[in-house]
Amino acid sequence: MNGYEVIHEKSPAFYDRYLRKDELQQQTHYCPGCGHGIVHKLIAEALTDLGLQDRTILVSPVGCSVFAYYYFDVGNVQVAHGRAPAAATALKRSRPESIVISYQGDGDLAAIGTAEIVHAANRGENICVFFVNNSVYGMTGGQMAPTSLIGEVTTTSPWGRRASNEGLPLHVCELLAALETPTYIERVALNDMKNIMKAKRAVKKALQIQKDGGGFSLVEILSPCPTIMKMDPVVARNWVGETLVKAFPLGVFRDRRPELPPGPKIPVKTVAEALEVEESAPEIASPRRHHTRDLTLKIAGFGGQGILLMGQLLAEMALREQMEVSWLPSYGPEMRSGSAHCHVSLSHERIGSPLITQPEVLIAMNELSLHKFAASVVSGGLILYNHTELPVGFSAPQARVVCVPASEIADRLGSAKVANVVMLAALLEETECLPAESAISVLETVVKNPRLLELNRQAMKAGRDYVDTEIEVGAVSQPDGYSY
Amino acid sequence: MSSQPRGYVIIDPEECKGCGLCVDSCPPDCLVLAPGLSKYGVHPAQYTGEDCTGCGACFYCCPEPGAITVERLIPAKAATAAIPKTQEVTREATL
Repeated sequence: MNGYEVIHEKSPAFYDRYLRKDELQQQTHYCPGCGHGIVHKLIAEALTDLGLQDRTILVSPVGCSVFAYYYFDVGNVQVAHGRAPAAATALKRSRPESIVISYQGDGDLAAIGTAEIVHAANRGENICVFFVNNSVYGMTGGQMAPTSLIGEVTTTSPWGRRASNEGLPLHVCELLAALETPTYIERVALNDMKNIMKAKRAVKKALQIQKDGGGFSLVEILSPCPTIMKMDPVVARNWVGETLVKAFPLGVFRDRRPELPPGPKIPVKTVAEALEVEESAPEIASPRRHHTRDLTLKIAGFGGQGILLMGQLLAEMALREQMEVSWLPSYGPEMRSGSAHCHVSLSHERIGSPLITQPEVLIAMNELSLHKFAASVVSGGLILYNHTELPVGFSAPQARVVCVPASEIADRLGSAKVANVVMLAALLEETECLPAESAISVLETVVKNPRLLELNRQAMKAGRDYVDTEIEVGAVSQPDGYSY
Repeated sequence: MSSQPRGYVIIDPEECKGCGLCVDSCPPDCLVLAPGLSKYGVHPAQYTGEDCTGCGACFYCCPEPGAITVERLIPAKAATAAIPKTQEVTREATL
């Protein structure tokens, strides 16, 4: 309004609109009067105040706040029930510059996730845990939580919680304060303005500690759940102050940097030294070689065809060419004859995800895999099929399809086992993604038996020769009837 | 104008879920639930237009991230000091 200045408004750490649903994109999914919204606001405000929004990763739990990633305009990861501190540990250790927040409810943190929170706290992980305790399972419909009060009626304690049967309410702050390693532990409540302001300071302090590299902090926030308590929002909030706060005393349980005893010195060794092996990879002069190219592949067939190994060979070759690689296997419990496939990425850049939904190259070692994955190949991609001709009625108009009867060739060489190497050679010849010498050098490391190594050499040659000589006479087929 | 309230509250009726926590929390009692229903089907909170002090209690008690915006009256001195600045900016923009 004219003459007025804004002093409190929606934090920029929230998205403008929440894309969870087509309608009501300006509202959260929380019930009227829910404490989660207030906790969200306090976190968002602290992130903005401390200038941390752009480097924050929020780990959302399972529970009512499962959709937190729809609201916070930060990095978001949603994890399995109770595992947020474990996921946060991994995130923080792999990205130490990020501010990692584990946001959890009482069912999540104090029940299924008890192990994770105790160990994360005991390791003194440099993360913030915001623990919203409303003494009941909200999202699932009001079952008893470890933090439910004595006598509290829930759907699973219809006569009220009994200490003799269900134990006493779990006091997480007191429990974790028994450990030496946490830096900051405080319990706050959302029952009135004074306590909300205390909660605000606690949330900010926890984030400041992480920003300063201070170690593990946990803020437990006693919060109302009007829906499950079947109370008016105002009554539910007062209930927190009158009942919940009495059972869970507020206060600071820990506020100091832990002093840890010095540990043994870890010797600095190269991987080869640690494994007591010789450096076998050849020295590469130039970090980027002109005869390598980025490629994403899916290699599929049945277990026992060397599907996964083919992917590993490719990855190893690219590693030796100083490329970034990823290899993601997918297979059933069977060792043989089940369906197996792997995703391989070869790249000169860092690889974001090892999962390849639209490969540039599909190597189908059997008909089933051809049918299953052909449609996922990108437009202009390549399909290598382990047969002399395509199955009747098969069509993949977007890709070039090359038939290489790798199994047949391998049989002629004397062992069906080298079909994968024949196909690998055909791939290298067809795409020129990596030099063939590189494959030979990897095979020399992997295959110890001289007779088998010779067989593999022959397989490499046979695969290349096939592509060089036979492709021209119609083994490459397209639905339009032309051969390439 | 000394009678002008120190604060001002803007409530987005599309975001308000009508929980009433702000109404209950407001120290000068200047918020009410509107008699009419919002698009969402609840009685959204409403500023009576009088007595707001800009304390921000309603903002922090409200569970919705953007339902409430609180403004505070710019003190007369600061307000006059702010005017030339704005004019400068406008001049620069026209240049």
